[in-house]
Amino acid sequence: MTDTATISKGSDWGYAPAPESTDHIRLKDRYGLFIDGKFTPPASGKYFKTINPANEKVLAEVAEAGEKDVDRAVQAARKAHDKVWRKMSGRERGKYVYRIARIIQERARELAVVESMDGGKPIRESRDVDIPLSAAHFFYHAGWADKLSYAFPGKKVSPVGVAGQIIPWNFPLLMVAWKVAPALACGNTVVLKPAETTPLTALLFAEICQEAGLPDGVFNLVTGAGATGAALVKHPDLDKVAFTGSTDVGKAIQKALAGRGTKLTLELGGKAAHIIFEDATIDQAVEGIINGIYFNQGHVCCAGSRLFVQESVEEEVIAKLKARMETLIVGDPLDKNTDIGAINSRAQCDRINDYLKIGVEEGAELFQTRCSVPGKGFWVRPSFFTKVAQSHRIVQEEIFGPVLAIQTFRTLNEALEKANNTPYGLSGGVWTDKGSKIFKVTRGIRAGVIWANTFNKFDPTSPFGGYKESGYGREGGRHGLKPYVELT
Amino acid sequence: MSRNGHNGRLDVRKTYKMLIGGAFVRSESGRALDVEAPGGRWLGHVCRASRKDFRNAVVAARKAAPGWANTTAYLKGQILYRAAEMLEGRAAGFETVLQSIGLSAPAAKAEVADSIDLLVYYAGWSDKYLQVFGAVNPVASSHFNFSVTEPMGVVAFVAGEKRPLLDLVAGIAPIIVGGNAVVALSTGRAAVAAMELGEVLETSDLPGGVVNLLCGLRSELIAQTAGHMDVNALVVQGGDAKEAASLREACALNLKRFFLRPDRSRDDEDPYRILDTVEIKTTWHPVGG
Repeated sequence: MTDTATISKGSDWGYAPAPESTDHIRLKDRYGLFIDGKFTPPASGKYFKTINPANEKVLAEVAEAGEKDVDRAVQAARKAHDKVWRKMSGRERGKYVYRIARIIQERARELAVVESMDGGKPIRESRDVDIPLSAAHFFYHAGWADKLSYAFPGKKVSPVGVAGQIIPWNFPLLMVAWKVAPALACGNTVVLKPAETTPLTALLFAEICQEAGLPDGVFNLVTGAGATGAALVKHPDLDKVAFTGSTDVGKAIQKALAGRGTKLTLELGGKAAHIIFEDATIDQAVEGIINGIYFNQGHVCCAGSRLFVQESVEEEVIAKLKARMETLIVGDPLDKNTDIGAINSRAQCDRINDYLKIGVEEGAELFQTRCSVPGKGFWVRPSFFTKVAQSHRIVQEEIFGPVLAIQTFRTLNEALEKANNTPYGLSGGVWTDKGSKIFKVTRGIRAGVIWANTFNKFDPTSPFGGYKESGYGREGGRHGLKPYVELT
Repeated sequence: MSRNGHNGRLDVRKTYKMLIGGAFVRSESGRALDVEAPGGRWLGHVCRASRKDFRNAVVAARKAAPGWANTTAYLKGQILYRAAEMLEGRAAGFETVLQSIGLSAPAAKAEVADSIDLLVYYAGWSDKYLQVFGAVNPVASSHFNFSVTEPMGVVAFVAGEKRPLLDLVAGIAPIIVGGNAVVALSTGRAAVAAMELGEVLETSDLPGGVVNLLCGLRSELIAQTAGHMDVNALVVQGGDAKEAASLREACALNLKRFFLRPDRSRDDEDPYRILDTVEIKTTWHPVGG
């Protein structure tokens, strides 16, 4: 490669395992639903298993909520809203939300380990990203509770009422925070449904609400799969629905709610363009590409899954990308050396593998790293496709896995045109050292979040959400409050 | 509209045409609707827009949208203000038209005055709403992070009929000051005021295609406004619950943003209406050497 001396590591120079300890984790064998401040069994008596996707071992049994349970949860939320939460001063409400933030910080390590066990993400990410950001979201929103009139100048602000919230499995606790923190701060009560493959940190969050002394019924948790979510959306006493997940389900929810006028926000799929210009600092850009698509196994709605490289640097970028990818360690999510953990579920693993097949069949060229993967559990090696066309399904459709589609471009306008040639519009990225070009591209990409010379950064003060078929409404920042208030 | 001649002179009547892409056109379908005064007196014809006219108008709006979006806020404000000037200059004519379709003289005078003032109101917001609704966000990392408004693109607007001129102005002004192009549908006898407004807008330095005005039957065209795949948002005034439900459902097709506005709105002056049809874009950039 260069004349710099390199050390041949050979087979004896692998990383020693550095597993995070799980001694301090005390999971129950079985979890009920959290309704009106108490854990209660589901009316049907049915439970489902949640497994560790890295070894397929059962972690706990979790209640499957049916229509009756959902109804009970909504009633509890209604009562808590009308009798307690709505009437409480913003200052007192805020103090409860601050308490939640603090307890998340106190139980951070436990939450991180459980998040990695239940969802398969590397402990480094759950420890350094998911859990601290979750706490930060509650801390940020707590402070808004008594300051809402400053967020909406000229308007009288009141809560919307009872919110039904449905969240995905890619950032389980962080999505709890994105949904619940603004809802509570603005005076709403909540019935939340976590994803069926990752319910555990949401259940721990319910314990945290108890520890915080949050009034009964302000936060309710109904676990289950799609049917539970459908029952929640269908419930006539919701004032607001917030959903994060696939565009297809989002559209179905909008249709289901059409006759009721229930407020709705949707944070849906994406197929972000990540544009690398020849004048970028290529080494940093390669780190950005890695972070953009291989962060969290690519289970990221805003993942930089379409890479556009300026033709003049294509060879260099791809060579460096391959070299960097070969250093990625795929394996035990609880090992601190791990870069890429387990695919969240067998179903998702099959889906990604289907797309890998489709890509090859469409005529694209597949590159996968040579790393070893464990025998049990669900794994996909970091992958990318070259020789892809705009019309390829791997370019048009959201894969939600560690699979990148690489295209090239010659001019800025060509890059923008290709970048915007998608029904999605959640995020985008650009790498260049030229300031005016940054502004031209960041303005030109039709998406709600743009990272320039960085990628996949999140913050509670920073509004997040999509254009076009990536949904509507924002989460985070002052703009993220709007879905949870009535303005008059 | 149709007036009998004075002093033995025969009036030259106006043919009311729709405004699509900066051109005054009849419906491609060749169809027309009768307009009658509330008492039943025949006033004349307006076009009966077809679904094809709507599609043509969306094409024109889409073509005009990027240029309008990139027009400076200062210039957009001046153009809206210019529209107010043009309307003021034709106030008497508008009052006559509004009276011919049933408004009392004081009501017609008030509606024209309110419409002019509303244009001035939104003209003034052009270079200010971003400062009110945008933000620089104090992220907990070494990044500069800011949120700005951006136009959604093409917005369809279905106007009410209760306030023939003011409903249209109150719908269009916040949409275009937000940098969007609009396809507006005016129905019933309100359409004559709408077509007159087209002439005002065309003499206000507003680029062709930024505002497209159709007239026709609400029942015939409204489903098209919700179902069109190249419309980014739909703002609908009035209508019943059943209509709203079917529109909201149809908007799910491409996740069009949908906003329902009441008839006889009392809060026409509301910058949050601008916020309805803009997106929030947040940009990150590292801070460092």
